[in-house]
Amino acid sequence: MFKYFKPNKIFSVTSKAPKYVLLLFVIIFSIGLTEALILSPEDYKQSHAVRIMYVHVPAAWISLGIFSVITFLSLIGYTFKIINFFLISKSLAPSGLVFNIIALVTGSIWGKPTWGTWWAWDARITSMLILFLFYIMYLVAWRIYENNDKAFKVTSVITIFGIVNVPIIKYSVDWWNTLHQPASINILSKSSIHISMLFPLLIMTAAFALFSLLIFLMKYNTELIKIKNKGLDRL
Amino acid sequence: MINEILTMNGYGFYVWSAFVFTFLNFVTLYIVTMVQYTKEKKKFIVKFGTLNAERAAFAKSQSINKEILSNTSSN
Repeated sequence: MFKYFKPNKIFSVTSKAPKYVLLLFVIIFSIGLTEALILSPEDYKQSHAVRIMYVHVPAAWISLGIFSVITFLSLIGYTFKIINFFLISKSLAPSGLVFNIIALVTGSIWGKPTWGTWWAWDARITSMLILFLFYIMYLVAWRIYENNDKAFKVTSVITIFGIVNVPIIKYSVDWWNTLHQPASINILSKSSIHISMLFPLLIMTAAFALFSLLIFLMKYNTELIKIKNKGLDRL
Repeated sequence: MINEILTMNGYGFYVWSAFVFTFLNFVTLYIVTMVQYTKEKKKFIVKFGTLNAERAAFAKSQSINKEILSNTSSN
């Protein structure tokens, strides 16, 4: 099965895909922005400040999702010695980091009108900050060790420690008394968010997911060309 | 209508700051990634140009190298 993940096989797809993904992203993002900023209703309590949710929540979801995928791929890659999985993980990390920063900053902006403060050392916010530090450590490790065996080992260890923080982020609002509100969207039980707000939220999530896919593809292609550059040196 | 969208009942500063910050991050990340991609591709083309005919033919026999060279004009 792993032969299908060989870079030589998938480069023909990944090199052509970005332009189509970019086009799709622009369309979905435009619809999402119109819904989020104009068409969706204001909240009875938070008024228009609720619109910050449409960038804050998808960014937080995607940043958590990307870190989980990075950990999974690093572990599989390390166990079965699949270098391509490390390349995929490395290429996913920059967009994961940027979404983490967006979640932290937009959360802080949202905090001012709703809680009266830009920052609080609350369990959810602090655990998101810790995730940011893990992203930084992960990317710095790649910078330091380049594409060698030590990099695979060190980045895998970082993700193993980092993944412990992911359920803490998710359940922090249930485990501790936090300023941050509990989850409004539940997959297993009924969500407390109205459809008029859920729809733009899902559209923006799709747009953000497409953007991370776009960055991933561009970054992955760059990594492959980098390897091929080294290959030309050895010819 | 436009005034209402801009001021958002007094929350305009917070809402627009959050969206502008997100947008700027997107643009920056896209540009940085694109610059890295273009730089690496240019490096590949320059290196490929320095190969002699035999090595160039061998390098071109690998589908991925052919793909990189053929994509040069499209990106």
